[in-house]
Amino acid sequence: MHWRKFGRIFNPFEHELPGAGAGFAQSPQAVVFEDFVRIYFSTRAKGVDGKFLSQVAFADFSKDLQQVLRVNTEPVLALGGLGCFDEHGIFPFSPTPVGNEIWAYTTGWSRRVAVSVETAVGLVISRDGGATFERAGPGPVLGPSIHEPCLVGDAFVRRFDGRFHMWTMFGTGWKHFPGEAAPDRIYKIGHASSLDGIHWTKDEGRALVPDRLGPDECQALPAVIRVGQRYLMVFCYREAHGFRTDPSRGYRLGQAWSDDLVNWARADDLPRFELEAGAWDGDMVCYPHLTEIDGRIVLLYNGNAFGREGFGAAVLEGA
Amino acid sequence: MTSYRWTKLGRPFVPQQIEGRPWLRSFAQAPHTLLLEDRIRVYFSCRPEPDARGQFVSYSAWVDLDRRDPLRVIDMADEPILPLGGLGCFDEFGTYPVSVIQQGEVLRAYYAGWTRCESVPFDTAIGTAISRDGGKTFQREGDGPVLAASLNEPFVISGPKIRRFGNQYQLFYIAGRCWKMVDGRAEPVYKIRMATSDDGLNWQREDRDLIESRIEVDEAQASPDVFEANGRFHMFFCYRHSAGFRGKEKGYRIGYASSTDMKHWTRDDAKAGLELSEEGWDSEMLAYPHIFQVDGVTYMAYLGNGVGREGFGIARLEGEL
Repeated sequence: MHWRKFGRIFNPFEHELPGAGAGFAQSPQAVVFEDFVRIYFSTRAKGVDGKFLSQVAFADFSKDLQQVLRVNTEPVLALGGLGCFDEHGIFPFSPTPVGNEIWAYTTGWSRRVAVSVETAVGLVISRDGGATFERAGPGPVLGPSIHEPCLVGDAFVRRFDGRFHMWTMFGTGWKHFPGEAAPDRIYKIGHASSLDGIHWTKDEGRALVPDRLGPDECQALPAVIRVGQRYLMVFCYREAHGFRTDPSRGYRLGQAWSDDLVNWARADDLPRFELEAGAWDGDMVCYPHLTEIDGRIVLLYNGNAFGREGFGAAVLEGA
Repeated sequence: MTSYRWTKLGRPFVPQQIEGRPWLRSFAQAPHTLLLEDRIRVYFSCRPEPDARGQFVSYSAWVDLDRRDPLRVIDMADEPILPLGGLGCFDEFGTYPVSVIQQGEVLRAYYAGWTRCESVPFDTAIGTAISRDGGKTFQREGDGPVLAASLNEPFVISGPKIRRFGNQYQLFYIAGRCWKMVDGRAEPVYKIRMATSDDGLNWQREDRDLIESRIEVDEAQASPDVFEANGRFHMFFCYRHSAGFRGKEKGYRIGYASSTDMKHWTRDDAKAGLELSEEGWDSEMLAYPHIFQVDGVTYMAYLGNGVGREGFGIARLEGEL
């Protein structure tokens, strides 16, 4: 079983996007329509203080993902209000069709003083086929709790067996590592479930996926899809510090399998994902997403530099 | 007309008079009592000197008052009841206010934890901690909050008051509505809310304001202190204007509402029954009321000028609620 790569399918420098050429098309996440695939991603613009603000855009693709049909030029959603959890950015943005609407679970960013940021998960709803979204409310639907003290985010929501399942990341804490100027965060993959998609019950503080790099391993952006009778999860993982400059400490693709959506067995090499030195995704593989397009299971993901140069795709073969 | 009034007895506790506790230089905010066999333990929140940038942290502690004479201090905490939270946690910069209840073999505290933000000065969420030494010190069970921002309560979840009427826990608290820019400074507007729980950890929010706003749409409401007497629930709380509230005219006053079911409240501030003094420590503001009963006498603990900067006072109920 392996991922057959299509290569990079979207380069933000080749399109007019909010942010005037800063690049970045992070965390591609798809909604599959009858005759095209809409892929949402977060791009960046600089605020008045020179700091980046992530905003959500989308591009429409042919169903074989070989052609970009159109790129939207307006954010699908304004940033949150003063003091709100999503005031300083929305990244990632995870859509899922619910009835005639498209719901999306946002990760909102708000800046802090002692540490750089806090995040929480919001809910926004589109009633115009995914062109624009409105908040279900000004606050988050999932935030910190007693055993998930910070950085709840990266929600991915699917319905299986009549329930909404949300996979997330949650922070276990911040640490000062020797030689680092600022504190670094550590986060794991968690889960919550819901009957209505709005009120969620967490598997409080339970890290679903075992660590491979030790207790400080950071795990992010889970996505889950059914493959035959089993479930495949992809995510990305990295060392807690030094990951921005040392490619050997940066994000890689993690994978896990489950029969029951409760217990997950980690299998980073199943399906096999080849790293190719020097390629656009040769130094880093991050922010994976899973979707099914015309019966094929497709992986979307970012490569080097956290998606500054766009995203690519691969298709599952040999399952 | 009210059938009762409050007689101000005085101020049992003035933080500026306390020595040897660098974490307690000023403020004794949000008094909340726990009745012990021979004493009234009053939890409150206080501050050390501000840092070089003028920013405060807040701790919570207790002072014990004589049951027979609540103006007489008989003991007080040597250390805060809880250390500040860890790096990046919701309670890294403050634990204020606090409310304590007996829960089986242990005492459980609910407190608001403070973190510092970039665009607004702070955010808060409600945490919990338990005591196994009779309420002298408390320990967290986890690093995160039990009640944080939610869909319709976007920030500043604070001011917990834990109660148990009947076979459920009730948590009265406040939730931020908006941050209002006043002379270039972000000021929070918050409203009184409620949640219920069977276990004290998993909360069902009522998800609406309990108390209508009276003086302006952006009235800020705090300290929802609920007391049961004569077949009804009485809530004493405090409220202020959204701007200019650090002075006398628009600062905190005490409000009152009553209810038969704790969910639907009728506001009637004329029944608060506590007025500003002509001069002295409570001549500009009245805030953070807390009602408690000891040996058949009903008292109110409350804050004065500067929202408790110079301690809390005690008043005695004359008549019946």
